Amino acid sequence: MGASLSIDYVTHQFSPSAAPTLKDIDTRIDPGELVALIGRSGCGKSTLLHMMAGLLIPSQGCIRINSHQVSKPSAKWNMMFQKASLYPWMSVKENAALGLMFAGLQKAEAVEKVNSLLDMLGLHDKKDVNVQSLSGGQQQRVALARSLATDPDILLLDEPFSALDAFTRTALQEEVPAICRERGITMIIVTHDIDEAVAMADRVLIMSQNPGRIVDELEVGLPWPRRHMDNGFQIRREELMNRFKGTDTGLQGRQQPITTQQSESAA
Amino acid sequence: MSASTTTPMNSAVSLLGPAKLIRLLSNLQYPAMGITGLLALWWVGGLLIENNENLSAFSAFAPAPAFHALYDLVASGEIWAPITSSLYRILVGLTWGIAIGVPVGVTIGYIGVALKVANVPFQFLRMISPLAWMPIAVMAFETWDSAIIFLLVMATVWPIIFSTAHGVRRIDPNWFKVARNLGASGTQMLRRIILPAIMTDVMAGIRLAVGVAWVVLVPAEYLGVTSGLGYAINDARDTLSYDYLAAVVLVIGIIGYGLDSVCNLLIKRFNWHAE
Repeated sequence: MGASLSIDYVTHQFSPSAAPTLKDIDTRIDPGELVALIGRSGCGKSTLLHMMAGLLIPSQGCIRINSHQVSKPSAKWNMMFQKASLYPWMSVKENAALGLMFAGLQKAEAVEKVNSLLDMLGLHDKKDVNVQSLSGGQQQRVALARSLATDPDILLLDEPFSALDAFTRTALQEEVPAICRERGITMIIVTHDIDEAVAMADRVLIMSQNPGRIVDELEVGLPWPRRHMDNGFQIRREELMNRFKGTDTGLQGRQQPITTQQSESAA
Repeated sequence: MSASTTTPMNSAVSLLGPAKLIRLLSNLQYPAMGITGLLALWWVGGLLIENNENLSAFSAFAPAPAFHALYDLVASGEIWAPITSSLYRILVGLTWGIAIGVPVGVTIGYIGVALKVANVPFQFLRMISPLAWMPIAVMAFETWDSAIIFLLVMATVWPIIFSTAHGVRRIDPNWFKVARNLGASGTQMLRRIILPAIMTDVMAGIRLAVGVAWVVLVPAEYLGVTSGLGYAINDARDTLSYDYLAAVVLVIGIIGYGLDSVCNLLIKRFNWHAE
């Protein structure tokens, strides 16, 4: 079952003298919720995701998962990156089983456990091949299997499909939310692709930059699976685009950061 | 000729297949040309020495007496004792070089400050000929054997340290991030990520180290000890057995080439880069 995640007034500076990258981020994500975080390049959304993963510590405020403060990375809330970053001296199944081996399982046992996962992700005939011989899409599937193998409560996705071709990207945009919903995993994806946000999320958080703040949000509320050409999808896409433009130019949408209290009252 | 008659060529063809045999022969043609050229130069040199009355005492350096002496050394079994002694020293020196060089290389490659601190002193020490440590080694160690092994450690440790550190610095930072993200401990990071990632670089360092150690071993064995290929050369010179001296030089070259080939095979074995 997925975990809840709360971000409590998080501010982040890369050095004490630097301007804050993120300021007063305050929001809550429910167990099993699928959330997209969108914003322009450099607005700090990846930094925020790294803090959720425990790879960075906030300068102020804190991030809690199931009420416990995140102070270090864990396989239970793991992150998938833009680059698959597979280990080229390992086979597909060894890469996928790595998190389980780190958790203390013997190699044979860990590899056995990822078999069904690799089958599910369409890698049944690639288990023993070296990862260097895979296409970009297949490599991202292995990275996804590696993330899912540890049975995470939260899956954090940092623009994981941005380097893929359109067909593979669309397929994974359908598959990943489906897997998360089926397993009850809380999913948070960082993207600057509005279509991707609408396709994958229950809720979209919009970030402004300098410093990065969450300035608006949109409940997507579309049935699954989502088709890009559906009327509802297009309407939500337009709405999100307008809100994004509004927050960006100051013509429309909220300019104040959204706090937990505001989110709760809006709900 | 009957169909059942087998010649060496026929056996080779049936064993490898014609295509493989042609490829093997074609791969060997350039090394064969190189070796032939070297032998020709040696032979010409031998002729020149033989025909020069000032140098004719050294005519046993020529290929024919040298190969004859080599045959004698191998047939009598005399050659194995010095080879064993020298290889033992190389093995122990190299083991120490690896045991010191790999951890130090990983440390200075992984910790930026450690590299900044160690760079100047290590470069300084690296530039000192291992043989220059001989007087200190003789005073510091009880046996000549230990002193020679110390010199070999001083020869092998630097290429291993620098090659290992270079390998660590080249590791994709995302590999560390992904491993931390999956909950890797420090030991797991070292065992599953760092060591496999740098294995090719470590092996390349070991290959360089073996080359340097083999070169240093012979002059090191000139001093004090009464075994090893260096001692055998010295002994042959003192007894004016130049054919035996040339035979030992041949043995040194052959073993050195063999050690380098083994290292090269290991580099290929641990190389994970796609062809």
